[in-house]
Amino acid sequence: MSRLGPLLVLGAAACVAALSVGFSSATFGGTDTNVAVPSVRRLTEAQYRSSIDDLFGSDVEVVGRFEPDMRVDGLAAVGASAVSITPGGLEQYHAIARHIAEQVFDPAHRDKLVGCAPGPDDADGANCAASFIGRVGSKLFRRPLGLAQIRAATVQTLASAKQLGSFDAGLGAMLTGMLTSPGFLFRVDTPAQSGPSGAIDAYSKATRLSFLLWNAPPDEKLTTAAGSGALDTPAGLQAQVDRMVASPRFAGGVRAFFTDFLQLGDIDNLSKDALIYPAFSTSVAEATREQTLRTITDLLVEHKGDYRDLFTTHRFAMTRALGPIYDVPVTRPGWSIYEFPAGDPREGLLTQASLLALHSHPGRTSPTLRGKAIRETLLCEKIPSPPANVNFAVVQDVNNPTLKTTRQRLEAHLDDEECASCHKATDGLGLGLEKFDGAGQFRRTEHDMPIDVTGKFDKAPFDGAGNLGRLFHDSPKVSQCLVKTAWRYANGRNIEPSDQAQIDRLNQSFPANGYRFIDLMRTIALDPAFYALQRVSRSAPERTARAATERGTHS
Amino acid sequence: MKQHLSRRGFMLRGVLGGATVAVGVPILDAFLNDSGTAYAATLGGGHLPVRFGTWFWGCGMIPERWVPQKAGRGYDLPPQLQPIKAVQDQVSVLSGFDVMLDGKANLPHISGNTAVRTGEASETWQGIKSPTFDVLISDAVGGGSFFRSLDLSLDGNPQTSYSFRNGASMNASIPSPVELYQKLFGADFHDPNKADFQPDPKFMVRRSVLSAVSDQRRTLLASVGAADRARLDQYFTSVREMEDKLALQLQKPPPAEACIRPEAPVPIRGDITDLGVRKANHKLMTQLLGMALACNQTRTFNMNFDTAAAELRRAGDTTGYHQSTHEELIDRSVGYQPTVDKFAVGSMEAWADFVATLASIKEGDGTLLDNMFVVAHSEVSFAKNHDVTGIPVMLAGRAGGKVKTGLHVTGAGEPISRIGLTAQQIMGVPIDSWGSGAMRSNRAVSEILV
Repeated sequence: MSRLGPLLVLGAAACVAALSVGFSSATFGGTDTNVAVPSVRRLTEAQYRSSIDDLFGSDVEVVGRFEPDMRVDGLAAVGASAVSITPGGLEQYHAIARHIAEQVFDPAHRDKLVGCAPGPDDADGANCAASFIGRVGSKLFRRPLGLAQIRAATVQTLASAKQLGSFDAGLGAMLTGMLTSPGFLFRVDTPAQSGPSGAIDAYSKATRLSFLLWNAPPDEKLTTAAGSGALDTPAGLQAQVDRMVASPRFAGGVRAFFTDFLQLGDIDNLSKDALIYPAFSTSVAEATREQTLRTITDLLVEHKGDYRDLFTTHRFAMTRALGPIYDVPVTRPGWSIYEFPAGDPREGLLTQASLLALHSHPGRTSPTLRGKAIRETLLCEKIPSPPANVNFAVVQDVNNPTLKTTRQRLEAHLDDEECASCHKATDGLGLGLEKFDGAGQFRRTEHDMPIDVTGKFDKAPFDGAGNLGRLFHDSPKVSQCLVKTAWRYANGRNIEPSDQAQIDRLNQSFPANGYRFIDLMRTIALDPAFYALQRVSRSAPERTARAATERGTHS
Repeated sequence: MKQHLSRRGFMLRGVLGGATVAVGVPILDAFLNDSGTAYAATLGGGHLPVRFGTWFWGCGMIPERWVPQKAGRGYDLPPQLQPIKAVQDQVSVLSGFDVMLDGKANLPHISGNTAVRTGEASETWQGIKSPTFDVLISDAVGGGSFFRSLDLSLDGNPQTSYSFRNGASMNASIPSPVELYQKLFGADFHDPNKADFQPDPKFMVRRSVLSAVSDQRRTLLASVGAADRARLDQYFTSVREMEDKLALQLQKPPPAEACIRPEAPVPIRGDITDLGVRKANHKLMTQLLGMALACNQTRTFNMNFDTAAAELRRAGDTTGYHQSTHEELIDRSVGYQPTVDKFAVGSMEAWADFVATLASIKEGDGTLLDNMFVVAHSEVSFAKNHDVTGIPVMLAGRAGGKVKTGLHVTGAGEPISRIGLTAQQIMGVPIDSWGSGAMRSNRAVSEILV
């Protein structure tokens, strides 16, 4: 312990309480056989960013590369309950935190964000440090700090300040420490001290609710409702949920859900061959994602719409950068809604360039990747692993060099029983989207051959993406998949048999409420089960072993 | 001020799974010099440290054009191995080592890679049961340097990494030379050869704040379930490693004769998936890595030339390397897939460049490479079939005199886990066998051992 001399040891020891705020000391059985435990979720990059944004404002930049999120069965929200922080990842968080602290204490921000300094009435700055730590700490840890905790952190801060010869540097080091501590980087529930057993406390409730509806930490009003006990009453909870859903920030929560659900984060790493797709670029890629998110919030939030209409909508958010991809004139600056005429090939989510380009190769389409993404994401199906004895050597008949279209090439897979086990499931739907190239641009032919976009979805025939979208609109599989995904997103875990009753209830209320996405989120947020500790009966390796294949998909 | 370098990384040994911990078994003696200091070598402590790394390339090779006919020294160089001609005496080629799937499915581009890295084929990375062997080695030797390991990718994607502690814990890669430079040679870099050294109080303060974070460990771990306890423990291990790193910043680094702080790299322009651009980027990254090693910034690394199911292309081609492996017709006039061949040769050119670059850095009586042990491998042999038998492996470096180079060793269908076992034993990991099921082996590749 005596690493740095007695003064700092005192500071370090005393600081424990300050940084460990938010953790219950309640202990649980070590074997985890059906015990109630807090959920532990790592903040996602977006949640980290929104936390800093809320606290310090958007002109404090968050610069750096985050430890990548991990998807479990498609969702980073579920992966957040399985990941930790590696040594390399912690270095990144620490560097990001140092940069934030530098900005908070730079001349451009200091007055506004710190608001006090050592002076005649506060010679060493103890009062200033305490007020900053109390204010910032309660925001970062998402619950108020106790006086003893603030005092201990202040002692540490003053010791650092002395060592560095600067009050600001000392307080900046404390801020860096708070931003690197587990109370900020992880969301760990605190069990309720009173009330029904197995519930979480009011501040943990506020945190779950806020990240669900806004993908951001609780605001002042929600924290106050938690502190006053209002959030523990049905009426108080209802009032907060209504307020939050009506807030403009709800759109941010909906964007976060669909970014995770549709895996739109992957667009960050999307690149296309510049010679083959000259209209495509990094900024176009960005715009395709924004288009999809704006199309979604326009329909589901602003128009309080029916989720199923997403698959048939003609209303696409549009901006100039996307004009060449969609072959439409865009004269207005910024974003606006463009309405495609009836009969236009652009109809519904399946025909948006974001998904079409994301699930293609850099220089061409991939019905396999598109079909797999649709099956796994929008239909919640799992593409089976190839059988153990599969012989990949049969994929291609080298004596038959006549496979001109993508469909012909892929049908070679379907002739073989072993390949067909996977490719029948994936390729059929993907081939229906073949009139959109690898960058999402419409085309009628491939190598001068007409493109056949017929197929079957659940025994119903379709001809092209518009048809397929209408089948999706009417398919209970599609709406039930959304229910499942929203539940998993909210709870940060996969569905257990004991959760099925909740899912069944949602599957009834969702259609009864006109498939309105807002109502689905509201129902989840009002359900007491959403605020329960987690019942655990399995061990960690089993939990991760169930995870889906996320890499290495071929074709 | 006593240096505190206890390694909590060892606490995670509980997840070792396939490995048998056999501390004190005589087999280790083979790897120790008389005084035992080779194993215990620390930075600049009179012995040059032995560094370990992996070099990964995707989509394997075409066996008839890669596997040498002649075993032992002076092996022949088939067409795809021609690029290594200039460094042949520094490179051993290991052919014919197989992945045993033990009745599991062959998940394309995953089963082979997880088997090479963990000693057991898995259908997903998230499903792996034990750490990759580079992590086991960095647990053993990674302490005492600024970075436990440098994980590097050249496709701009931090998720291109095959280094995992467990299925939920991937060591993300540094995806660009510019970022690597900042990390290594940015504001926190101390030139080990500079005469004066003043410990910077900011490192002391950072460390004391972090140690306060560390001190929450017990309370926090007690508040959660068993699975989450392991996750949070891993977080606290990371905190402890950073404290150790800050402790190093407070000491004058021992001199490192080969260390020269390089100039900041100029980013390579162009399509990062293009083979030519990729090779140029790789060259830049390799030069920085060489200096990172020479300057004792790390002792272990993973260099990913491309991904499994290689995404490499040539700008303007609709079909990339990976798709070509499955779809390109065999040119009957030559008997192989010509595009696939070009990419495989390109990958070998990059590997030869890697070896030559590290061998060009003088250190002690020899070169940096002499004090390294590098395992290069792919995830398949013949990519067209996703073949996991005879996955190609190459070795470079003499591991400080413990390893012979310039040999062709044939595995004759033995498990490829023998190679991971050998690497761990060379680097001083105290195990006598490694791998699971049919992949379990207790036989090192003795042909390469001095």
